[in-house]
Amino acid sequence: MNTQRTSIPLSIYYFGLIMLLYLPIAFLFLFSVNSTASLSFPIKHLTFDWYQKLFSADAVLRSARNSLVVALGSSFAATILGTMVSILMLRYRFRGQNILVALAVLPLIVPYIVLAVALLLLFSVLHIDRSLWTVGIAHTVVALPYALLIIASRLAGFDSSLEEAAMDLGADYPTTLRRIVLPLIFPAMVSAWLTAFTVSFDEFALALFLAGTQPTFPVYLFSQLRFANRLPIMIALAVLLMIGTLTLVFLAERFRQREA
Amino acid sequence: MGEGWRGGRGLDQRATFWFIYLPPLIWLGIFFALPVLLMAAFSFRPDMRGDFLQLWTPTLDQYASVASTISYLRLLKDSIIIALGIGVATVVLAYPLAYFLALRAGSRAGFYLVLLLVPFWTSYLLRVMAWKILLGTEGVINSLLIYLNVIHEPLTALLYNRAAVILTLIYVWIPFAALPILAALQRIDPILFEAAADLGARPLRQFTRITLPLSLPGVFAAFFMVFIPTVGEYVTPLLVGGSRGFLYGNIIQDFFTKASNWPLGSALSMIMLATTMILVLLATRLIDLRQLFE
Repeated sequence: MNTQRTSIPLSIYYFGLIMLLYLPIAFLFLFSVNSTASLSFPIKHLTFDWYQKLFSADAVLRSARNSLVVALGSSFAATILGTMVSILMLRYRFRGQNILVALAVLPLIVPYIVLAVALLLLFSVLHIDRSLWTVGIAHTVVALPYALLIIASRLAGFDSSLEEAAMDLGADYPTTLRRIVLPLIFPAMVSAWLTAFTVSFDEFALALFLAGTQPTFPVYLFSQLRFANRLPIMIALAVLLMIGTLTLVFLAERFRQREA
Repeated sequence: MGEGWRGGRGLDQRATFWFIYLPPLIWLGIFFALPVLLMAAFSFRPDMRGDFLQLWTPTLDQYASVASTISYLRLLKDSIIIALGIGVATVVLAYPLAYFLALRAGSRAGFYLVLLLVPFWTSYLLRVMAWKILLGTEGVINSLLIYLNVIHEPLTALLYNRAAVILTLIYVWIPFAALPILAALQRIDPILFEAAADLGARPLRQFTRITLPLSLPGVFAAFFMVFIPTVGEYVTPLLVGGSRGFLYGNIIQDFFTKASNWPLGSALSMIMLATTMILVLLATRLIDLRQLFE
């Protein structure tokens, strides 16, 4: 079939661009094992000192823990809400349905700076102090469209005959949801949860406005950029976090493929 | 209201409806619709005086002051043009990647896709910072050039300008932009290529008459997935742009932090929101974005 021809110029382009994309990341890694705090050539000697120092740097680790807490909470909330909206979108017909779906998808096309200042206004008006909660709320709003699209596309793949059969056999609707619908869309829910997790874990533009006195890792990283000598430690942690995120992503992908 | 998918199965389904309807409605109402409405209201406020909830006489002062400040308007225009340019450049650079994966990579496409996505799953802030390490005066490029005796003084023009912002953002978005194009290309029925070839269409003509038109929804989606975050971008300019590289998002950020003029910041923010909404609406008239989610 002619659609599977290989094309040499295209493969050169593909792998050339991939190498360019990896180059800055490679330098970051180099930076984290470099003995001095500035990366200049020639490199003098390599060390894992920064990784060792990392484990005694309390503030850095605390910020990573904050990010983890926010990402766990917001991805869980976004998945639950995304599941609810998916079921409402595909299994119900009601007035105002389009408005609800639009509200859930719209955060995708609102620039983060706009949402950040709007939420900052809301929390100020309500006299709610900024905390990990306020960051988590913002992340739930921006992760919801991703969760919705992932779960809804799986739910759309099943027609409702299984549910009808369950109800004809006497199951009430909550039981049908719990025993039929949720197991069917469970793989998509896991994949939505992981996507929401990675959206939140790395998010900076909203968190900078809403974090208050408990910085998430990106916010803390940003506040430390002025101090050149602390940079290698931060990057060492970032490299570890990157490995963690990648592991999660690979797991999600394998899970999705196994279930598909 | 809560008629089920079979036209109302009874009380339990109606109760279930409210149980799954109210949480997302309340959540999105309070944490998405309400803040945007509040921001809209704030943009008609004359100043920051008084309590947040105190009533005020609506005024168009903030919008008038935006309209009469050339530098804001120029920054808005520049940000839109830069975001359009970055969107187009990214889509053009990403298209061959998606094309390769969808139509030329064969059975190893999955693995190649993962290779492309690893940089995308790397911390955004970190990837931006990587460019700072590369381009800075004591950075990799400068120290390498000095070491190789190409230059003797570090080049300062590499960092802290708009070119650095544009370069960094294109770099950051390329893997992301390839995804919707890839999805659109994968949906093309291969039988179309066979039919075209049987009818004597050469590869170039197959591309312009089949592949490109059918992948356009993905191209538009990719463009907007890059354009929307870029037009409101304030982080990358902070890191690699310096004051010469500031974009519209940076003045909004300034008015909500340092300058503490929230009504003016709200007006600037509303203008940005309206601009993106209008552009997205225009795009949905050009192309049916719904087919992306099928």
